[in-house]
Amino acid sequence: MGESIDLRLGTPIENRRTGAGIEGMAEAELERSQRLAAIREGRLASIHSWELVTAVDGPGTRLTVFFSGCPLRCVYCHNPDTMEMRRGQDVQLEELVRRIKRYRRVFSSSGGGITLSGGEVLMQPAFARNVLQAAKEMGVHTAIDTSGYLGAVADDAFLDNVDLVLLDVKSGTEESYKALTGRPLQPTLDFGNRLAARGTTVWIRFVVVPGWTDSEENVEAIAENIAPWKQVVERVEVLPFHNMGQDKWDALGMEYKLRDAQPPSKETVERVREQFRARGFMTY
Amino acid sequence: MTSATTERPTDAVAGGDAWEGFEPGPWQESIDLRDFILRNYTPYEGDASFLAGPTEKTLKVWDHLEKNYLSEERRRRVYDVDTKPPADIDAFPAGYICPEDDVIVGLQTDVPLKRAMMPNGGWRMVETAIKEAGKEPDPEIKKVFTRYRKTHNDGVFDIYTPRIRAARSSHIITGLPDAYGRGRIIGDYRRLALYGADFLIAEKMAAKDAVADQPFSEHWARYREEHSEQIKALKKLVTLGEIYGLDLKRPAANAQEAVQWTYMAYLASVKSQDGAAMSLGRLSAFLDVYFERDLKAGKITESDAQEIIDALVIKLRIVRFLRTIDYDQIFSGDPYWATWSDGGMTEDGRSQVTKTSFRLLQTLRNLGPAPEPNITVFWDPKLPEGYKEFCSAISIETSSIQYESDEQIRGRWGDDAAIACCVSPMRVGKQMQFFGARVNAGKALLYAINGGRDEISGKQVTEEGEFTPVQGDGPLDFDDVWEKYEHMLDWVVGTYVEALNIIHYSHDKYAYESIEMALHDSEIVRTMGCGIAGLSIVADSLSAIKHATVTPVRDETGLIVDYITEGEFPRYGNDDDRADDIAATIVHTVMQKIKEIPMYRDAIPTQSVLTITSNVVYGKATGSFPSGHQKGTPFSPGANPENGADSHGMVASMLSVGKLDYNDALDGISLTNTITPQGLGRTKDEQVKNLVGILDAGFVMDDDCTLTN
Repeated sequence: MGESIDLRLGTPIENRRTGAGIEGMAEAELERSQRLAAIREGRLASIHSWELVTAVDGPGTRLTVFFSGCPLRCVYCHNPDTMEMRRGQDVQLEELVRRIKRYRRVFSSSGGGITLSGGEVLMQPAFARNVLQAAKEMGVHTAIDTSGYLGAVADDAFLDNVDLVLLDVKSGTEESYKALTGRPLQPTLDFGNRLAARGTTVWIRFVVVPGWTDSEENVEAIAENIAPWKQVVERVEVLPFHNMGQDKWDALGMEYKLRDAQPPSKETVERVREQFRARGFMTY
Repeated sequence: MTSATTERPTDAVAGGDAWEGFEPGPWQESIDLRDFILRNYTPYEGDASFLAGPTEKTLKVWDHLEKNYLSEERRRRVYDVDTKPPADIDAFPAGYICPEDDVIVGLQTDVPLKRAMMPNGGWRMVETAIKEAGKEPDPEIKKVFTRYRKTHNDGVFDIYTPRIRAARSSHIITGLPDAYGRGRIIGDYRRLALYGADFLIAEKMAAKDAVADQPFSEHWARYREEHSEQIKALKKLVTLGEIYGLDLKRPAANAQEAVQWTYMAYLASVKSQDGAAMSLGRLSAFLDVYFERDLKAGKITESDAQEIIDALVIKLRIVRFLRTIDYDQIFSGDPYWATWSDGGMTEDGRSQVTKTSFRLLQTLRNLGPAPEPNITVFWDPKLPEGYKEFCSAISIETSSIQYESDEQIRGRWGDDAAIACCVSPMRVGKQMQFFGARVNAGKALLYAINGGRDEISGKQVTEEGEFTPVQGDGPLDFDDVWEKYEHMLDWVVGTYVEALNIIHYSHDKYAYESIEMALHDSEIVRTMGCGIAGLSIVADSLSAIKHATVTPVRDETGLIVDYITEGEFPRYGNDDDRADDIAATIVHTVMQKIKEIPMYRDAIPTQSVLTITSNVVYGKATGSFPSGHQKGTPFSPGANPENGADSHGMVASMLSVGKLDYNDALDGISLTNTITPQGLGRTKDEQVKNLVGILDAGFVMDDDCTLTN
């Protein structure tokens, strides 16, 4: 490259939302029957977008791929356009693998890799499995960003190709989890237990949503839940809720329960972090 | 013309004691800074832990400056103007910041921040600037520069053609250096320190007379005349030294003198020229040789060394030129681009990083962040880890470092190259650039569509009937628009380069940079630094025409003033070949057209894709585009994607920019990124490592992994 890079640090960037699209990846066009076969075999997936990010979805600079489709309906979701698989665009395995290959130098020089996110990556496990395996064969660090709700579909062979799991634990009790996501909590706990037993590295993620997840008791419950996984949990990332997904909900004509909700106060976020730190977790 | 070998003065040569302990070599026989540095410098592989903080004296001088001058200047815009003597190397008596200002001495005028007139570029700019600063020009001086002494600006307008005037007033070509100093020339200021003025004068005299027995030609006459100018300038430099009690005739004898001498040579330049960019060159490894020698001999401590560099940097931070408010708007303030190039590798694979490279960065901690000097690091993933991490940490703390690909520059311009202004590389002392500002490639696309009618004024700028506008009201056709664009570029580029040739002919004649050129070899390489603005807008607009449906909107006179764009289209800056290839093709096409035109003084044509500061001005004068870019809104800088169009992350935009062929843009490509430190990681350590990773990744890519769909 012949350019100069003039890094002006200091101006805040917007909180990140997906929605960037699959620019550069050819969209596949297949007959319906062929398409279904390709999806079954993990050669085709419905993808929302991709992005090259730093220090966001795991270590270093990473190619984050947002899969379309999610079984949860989190009230605070900031990417509701990834909830339904039909809103994604078809991308072929080789297309994505080629892009990963192109970025190997970016990954190796920055200590990064790929992160399969969503939506819910485990909604399309066959494709994810193939991508992860191809990445590992190229020596690329791999991460999945998941709620763990579908953790059962990730068998041991699948997890053998995963270096890091970003586990978004949402909430601490069955009740609050159900209210927040529409689904039960237990599968996530089961998945966490499996990861701990296998020794798969985990980063816990938790979004502080005022009135929904921020109570001291709820955070204690989460801390309690994740305590047994201590030896595999490298860090806990506490993320303040933001309202930047609102226009997406509107655009999709979906009811947004957190309309005009405010982000948590600095004090609340810090209190939450302290709760995790008190349990000995490296918390950011 | 060849300049014969020179006869060296008998006593000055011998750098005498000044060169004691230095590894001998060809540099002793003739001017060869690179040879001196490579034989004598000490690469430093360690980390920043050896560095010293500011001394009491440094803080006192800096504090005095801030309290009495800088804060006042911020209040008034211009601290003061001297309306009496036009500036020159030896026009002003000595000046100091305060009594403690005795480490590295010398000011442009006799008072800090007081600006001097440099009317050789043109009187009107000077007069406007004086009035804007709340003063009145001296009538006698005005008479001299309007009646008796022709200026660069007068010369240019005597020659300008009608089409240049038309293009200029419709703003398709803007910011040309036709009324101010062109800059982009880096004197090799180190020469004064290593050799002393006597030696340099003797070399120039010998070069001048080496051709004395050749027959007359205009070329020959200019060569001799310019040499005379250079020799006079060097003699004035000696006088300047005397004003400050320094004997610049001899080489510098120690580290403090090496810095002082180098600064005096630079000071002479900024006392006599107000070029748009007055860059410093590549000083660290050179100066470090002297620091190492003094440190080893126990003559100075690390704290002394840092104090000397801090003192130099303080002086560099208070260089000022008399500019108009208009000029400040084009350049977003009054930067003068004291670019100090550092880092990089040698051609034989050694790191050029020295302890002085660290000391330079340390000034940003000791004195706080500042835009000048514009510290530019030639980045290579092979640079020592300690240095890479220190650069990254200082970037995060101060946002005051610019990065360039060392491999690219070294491969093309060697390992003693430096940047003039913000991206233009040149071999120090062996090469200069004719600064060409830039042509509005975005507006050229709108001219193509409208057949040379200006989309804002509605005026026919090109000759009536020379170009056919887009016909009909249907959607734009890519092939049709591209053909018209190419055709229009012939006119735009032709007009632009014609203007540049005239400007530099006139600048050499009426505002010759005698001291800067005295610190160059007698035979040098000249490049014509052409440039374009609006790359991403053209790329996205052509992509929209190709991949979406773009319907033109006409006003009542039939002029196309807006576009309705329906459907999706790939945008440049997302590592998507469909759009990035269009951008690369535009740059290539413009370069081909530039190359077809003969250049003044056989300059080598180059191109830059660079606008750091003038985007607002370009945007203001330009209409709406098929990409959705709105009339009158700022362009994105340089080779940046359109504002907001790069939705796949900064590294993806770096990779898009990387697809522009460096051979088409040898004068450099700029990409400006804004990131928060928090965006780089959770801890300082993580941020530092991630930034190093981004830079490593951005400047080196495998050749075999381009996407081919």
